[in-house]
Amino acid sequence: MESELFGKLSLSAIPFDNPIVMDVVGVSLVMGAIVVGLITYAGKWGYLWKEWLCSVDHKKIGVMYVVLAGVMLLRGFADAFMMRLQQAMAYGSSMGYLPPEHYDQIFSAHGTIMIIFVAMPFFIGLMNVVVPQQIGARDVAFPFLNSVSFWLTAISAALVMISLAVGDFSKAGWTGYPPLSEVNYSPDTGVDYWMWSIQISGIGTLLTAVNFFVTIIRMRAPGMNLMKMPIFTWNILVTTVLIMATFPVLTVTLALLTLDRYLGMHFFTADMGGNMMMYSNLFWIWGHPEVYIVILPAFGMFSEVISTFAKKRLFGYHGMVYATCAIGILSLGVWLHHFFTMGAGGDVNAVFGIATMIIAVPTGVKIFNWLFTMYRGRIEFTTPVLWTLAFIVYFSVGGMTGVLLAVPPADFLLHNSEFLIAHFHNVLIPGALFGYLAGYSYWFPKMFGFKLDEKWGKRAFWGWVIGFGLAFFPLYALGFMGMTRRLNHIDNPVWHDLLQVAMVGTLFITFGVISSIVQVVVSIKNRDKLRDATGDAWGGHSLEWSLSSPPPFYNFAVIPTVEDIDAFTDMKEKGKAYQRPAKYEDIHMPKNSSIGVIIGLLAFVFGFAMIWHMWWFALAGALGILIAVVVRASSDDYDYYVPAAEVARIENERFHTLEAAGAAAPSVSANNFAYQV
Amino acid sequence: MKNYLEKSYWRSVSVQGAFACVGDCGSSQWSLLNPMGPIGADEKRLILIAFGLMLTVVIPVIVMALGFAWKYRASNTAATYQPKWDYSGKIEAVVWAIPTIIILILSVLVWRDTHALSPYRPIASSVKPVDVQVVAMDWKWLFIYPEQGIASVNKLVFPANVPVSFRITSDTVMSSFFIPQLGSQIYAMAGMQTKLHLLANQPGTYRGINAQFSGDGFSGMHFDAVATSQQGFDDWVKQVKQSGGSLDEANFKQLEVPSQNVPAQSFASVKPDLFQGIIMKYMPDMVQPMPNDQGKAQKS
Repeated sequence: MESELFGKLSLSAIPFDNPIVMDVVGVSLVMGAIVVGLITYAGKWGYLWKEWLCSVDHKKIGVMYVVLAGVMLLRGFADAFMMRLQQAMAYGSSMGYLPPEHYDQIFSAHGTIMIIFVAMPFFIGLMNVVVPQQIGARDVAFPFLNSVSFWLTAISAALVMISLAVGDFSKAGWTGYPPLSEVNYSPDTGVDYWMWSIQISGIGTLLTAVNFFVTIIRMRAPGMNLMKMPIFTWNILVTTVLIMATFPVLTVTLALLTLDRYLGMHFFTADMGGNMMMYSNLFWIWGHPEVYIVILPAFGMFSEVISTFAKKRLFGYHGMVYATCAIGILSLGVWLHHFFTMGAGGDVNAVFGIATMIIAVPTGVKIFNWLFTMYRGRIEFTTPVLWTLAFIVYFSVGGMTGVLLAVPPADFLLHNSEFLIAHFHNVLIPGALFGYLAGYSYWFPKMFGFKLDEKWGKRAFWGWVIGFGLAFFPLYALGFMGMTRRLNHIDNPVWHDLLQVAMVGTLFITFGVISSIVQVVVSIKNRDKLRDATGDAWGGHSLEWSLSSPPPFYNFAVIPTVEDIDAFTDMKEKGKAYQRPAKYEDIHMPKNSSIGVIIGLLAFVFGFAMIWHMWWFALAGALGILIAVVVRASSDDYDYYVPAAEVARIENERFHTLEAAGAAAPSVSANNFAYQV
Repeated sequence: MKNYLEKSYWRSVSVQGAFACVGDCGSSQWSLLNPMGPIGADEKRLILIAFGLMLTVVIPVIVMALGFAWKYRASNTAATYQPKWDYSGKIEAVVWAIPTIIILILSVLVWRDTHALSPYRPIASSVKPVDVQVVAMDWKWLFIYPEQGIASVNKLVFPANVPVSFRITSDTVMSSFFIPQLGSQIYAMAGMQTKLHLLANQPGTYRGINAQFSGDGFSGMHFDAVATSQQGFDDWVKQVKQSGGSLDEANFKQLEVPSQNVPAQSFASVKPDLFQGIIMKYMPDMVQPMPNDQGKAQKS
């Protein structure tokens, strides 16, 4: 029954009869109310709106992305916890506490959230903060577009969250294979929530990739040719190319599925000439490179962290660059390994199997290069280094099981099993998440001006590392015991014990997650003690460390000239760091704009209305976006000049702080170089 | 629909006790490492070889990671410190060469075994294979024996040491037909036919499952794969024929209604060409899309 005004939406879409869901909704509402209350109490709405929500400053947008990733990580982790609990409880005659129609939504949401709304915003956030600073730029190429990208991602996450309270989320898995995701088998709005949230955020991601690709290609400081670019920026460059190459495929694939679901077409249906195998191909043509899209940035973070804290140049920079490019290119040609069991012949399966295994070569090279970066270094065991070491150890295992799955006859046994689950968590948690957490604590002082508390950081680390081992290594064994993924009830008693072990692992991870939250609170409390006065918190190699923490909104008062891969180390050694210029010049900067938020809100209206078939409302949203774009495009009022005097004032303050810090003992790090005053 | 699902969900609670120990209670826990047929055995061997080969790199990497980190810790000022050392042609050559060699060896194995173990490849045997047509349904497996003219649900009986030739389709969403202890799985897809050849070396009851998530009843969508002696198989066929029940149009419609945790059933007779009919149901007005037969074409 569809009404013209509200489409499929009615009060019955809110699951009042489901106590678990209603509890979650209640808690979310209470937490939201507390946040709103605190902001109101502090009278910070104006500040929040002007300085953050409407900001086109890449550093602030970056922080907002990281916050979004953090919030969504809590949601995705809660889903994981519920699944583990269900599998630990629901065995034999007990059906656990989640009926299939609820459990199926949870694993679908978990995958979607962790990939699209945790991994993506986490690295995009860090990349926003860091890349322009690393290449000596004052902003990204298209600052306003950056704001739009963020808001498209944020409102898509909001769509996923609102599916908790209004209607259902998809029950067809995060991959949404048809025909299960077609309207015949999934008639409710769950798949639509999944589809539109990925679709809208995917457009945001694509715009971000274009933005950063242009930024990196066009806005590097003089002297920084491609082979002098910091390794993290190199990884981001390859990542943006992968996004530009593959996200359009996702967009089209979802659009075809949309046509199937909304207009009764038959691209992927089981009948009427539809071809479900086409969907699997298209989905993984995006989906496999997507794995590298989330992992390559983390590789870049590990490289930065390891060379900084080993107090040494990165070993084999050129080899690292070639390996990164090789991984990027190869990742585009291996998608079929996600469905060796679909019935392709020996030739096709063998070619894709071998192509997949070849990726292990450049990946292996990277691992060896990290090892030889540590070799003959002076390693400080800070939290980011611990994450990196745990990554190398765990990822070697995850890579190995990946090669195993790339062997088609082995995959005939292990496909869709818990072994597969163990494998991809083993590459994505140590490979991506540990990297982001390392990058987060490494660049945290650059974002906020003070370091994170080490004690709680190490607690979080041990919680995650022990928890990860306990939660996922049993799954490898369960795979060999013939257990498949996505079971909501366990009727084979031999699986029971290992599932209990995995549950214990989840408790350790819970401790890790809580420690990370406590870490933020404790660090804010002790921020004066943890203050990074010089801006060079760790004795860093690249240009971001030459700036204050946090940097001024224009980053560089004077654009630096680069002579070495480790540009800032080079300056420190040549005595060129922290030099006062003869004079300052006016700086050209973009103006903040509310249109990014407005486009985001209208996209939310459009997405929500499409999900619920409220056609007039969707049309209003779409028209609104069009008008907002036209208004923005016709405006000439988007930039301004920071007067040289203002720049001089800010910079003088900075030099004052530097002098004060220099007067104190060189406490930051043994490697700190004296700066000129 | 929702009401129906809820009912069957609660019903499944009560039948669960009976199902708890069906399957491989008596057999080894490690079903993939304890194969009961040549396909599974070859696949297990390949896994172990690949695993061993890769450990030759992975173990040194882990040892080096922990060893280097410890040796070059900041507090160990006795260790060499070379902050500008960032390249060695020899090391670079070795770190590219070793993974390359291992992948080369693995590639040869993959090329050979992917062809040898292709699910479509008939198993060489002097005995005539048993043909079984498999249909994935919501949420149970239907097995049609075209030569014997019988059918069963969630129970697959076949003689040990005789190749079994499966033709597989789906009457619902994508599913995956898998008997872990015998070897390869393959997708079941509506409107299409996939093939699989398996053989059990010894009699026994093995767990068969759907490995591809297919909706609410997925967890309970498994069956017993019973390998018997030739005599045992003939007896079972006879018994099914005597026990009656016919998988005609009406009964098939009945069977198509989604149901969960379905107990084994059998039918003494089957509507002719039921399997082809199920495929064609999804492909009206189209040429029958049969994958290239590598074995002999079989008329049912």
